[in-house]
Amino acid sequence: MTRYALHPQVGLREEKFGALAYHYGNRRLTFLNDDRLVAVIRTVEQYDDIDAALAAVGVVAEQRPAFYRALERLREAEVLICE
Amino acid sequence: MRVTDRLSHGLDAPICLTWELTYGCNLACVHCLSSSGKRDPRELTTSELFAVVDELAAMQVFYVNIGGGEPTLRPDFWELLDYCVARKVGVKFSTNGSRITPSIAQRLAATDYVDVQISIDGADAATNDAIRGPGSFDVAVTAMQHLTDAGFENFKVSVVVTRDNVAQLDGFLALTARYGAQLRLTRLRPSGRGADVWDTLHVTADQQQTLYRWLLDHPRVLTGDSFFHLSALGEPLPGLNLCGAGRVVCLIDPIGDVYACPFVLHDQFKAGTVRDAGGFTKVWRESVLFTELREPGSAGACASCGSYDACRGGCMAAKFFTGIPLDGPDPECVHGHGEAALLAAAGSRPASQPGHSHSAAGKGRPVPVSIGRRPA
Repeated sequence: MTRYALHPQVGLREEKFGALAYHYGNRRLTFLNDDRLVAVIRTVEQYDDIDAALAAVGVVAEQRPAFYRALERLREAEVLICE
Repeated sequence: MRVTDRLSHGLDAPICLTWELTYGCNLACVHCLSSSGKRDPRELTTSELFAVVDELAAMQVFYVNIGGGEPTLRPDFWELLDYCVARKVGVKFSTNGSRITPSIAQRLAATDYVDVQISIDGADAATNDAIRGPGSFDVAVTAMQHLTDAGFENFKVSVVVTRDNVAQLDGFLALTARYGAQLRLTRLRPSGRGADVWDTLHVTADQQQTLYRWLLDHPRVLTGDSFFHLSALGEPLPGLNLCGAGRVVCLIDPIGDVYACPFVLHDQFKAGTVRDAGGFTKVWRESVLFTELREPGSAGACASCGSYDACRGGCMAAKFFTGIPLDGPDPECVHGHGEAALLAAAGSRPASQPGHSHSAAGKGRPVPVSIGRRPA
């Protein structure tokens, strides 16, 4: 199972629409417009697998494919790292 | 609510802001939007600069775009850079390259928190130096070489697109690729000395079409959302495509005055000063001007145009300094509504304000472009 963690060079700033993520290395800004996605990003490294992290913030099974895709895009943008 | 709608209502802190440390400059570019030349004796002191950085860190502003003038002319510039980095406020600074020595380049390459942006306005010396002055192209390219030699990857090369250099876009890309740098293109605004040359240097309608297609073909080229008015031509350009003035961006000038954006250095767009009680934070969150800018705007003259959702009426600064009402069309409206608006606005262009136009270094120098009437 894939394990994610927030990239150590990324800063997160809470916003009304979710959060901004800024990568100090590649200097890219990413908009996170879902509060649950932000909560998952903040906590994901505490969990052994991604489903446990999603369940903890109330994402039910049928909503998870969209979150898997979002997390994969965030890995590509280097907001998350994959262990 | 879409993110762009949220952004147009403003955020508790800017996403990025421009900070012009000094209007002192060793060049006198004909289009300088801050009419830079001499330093102002009232510039913020070093401790005042540090206090602003402390505020930015507390507001979680990820990075600042430092410019000028030539910001490296301030003797405390490198000290300020270290202060920002220590507080995790990233810095991208704009420079003409004159102070980027090999040893400075090595120092800059050593931290992730600092990015460098070298300005040029032509892909060859002749085109560049007509705008930026004799020898300025060689100075900029030498700085690029020093950065590359020091192992600085992906620094920025910034170009103001004009009628004379728009045919060189591929040339700019080739030049930046040689140094492993990233190209950034921005729009010529009729701000500062730019007002004097805008009529003859702003891109033509045909050139705008070419530029739009070129930008769509080159999505990695940065634009700072400069050309969102071109999104009315069809598919939106990469970026937020909104005017961020007072909503997600602003400008702090050398004496601490806060303006809605870097292109509107005029009293009408001054929100306050970091020197007042409450500092920058209070200006950003509570100033009357910024509160007004965050309210839903009227489409005005553009209400009946099918492209309003794409261009949002264009650039506030471009309208203001060409005398067009702020709810009128952009002077470079891609549907041609700008021409009539410019004619209607003839004679009503606001004068530049000498209070922040310390252009003494440019005085008495011939302006190396012809200035004439706009062709009818």
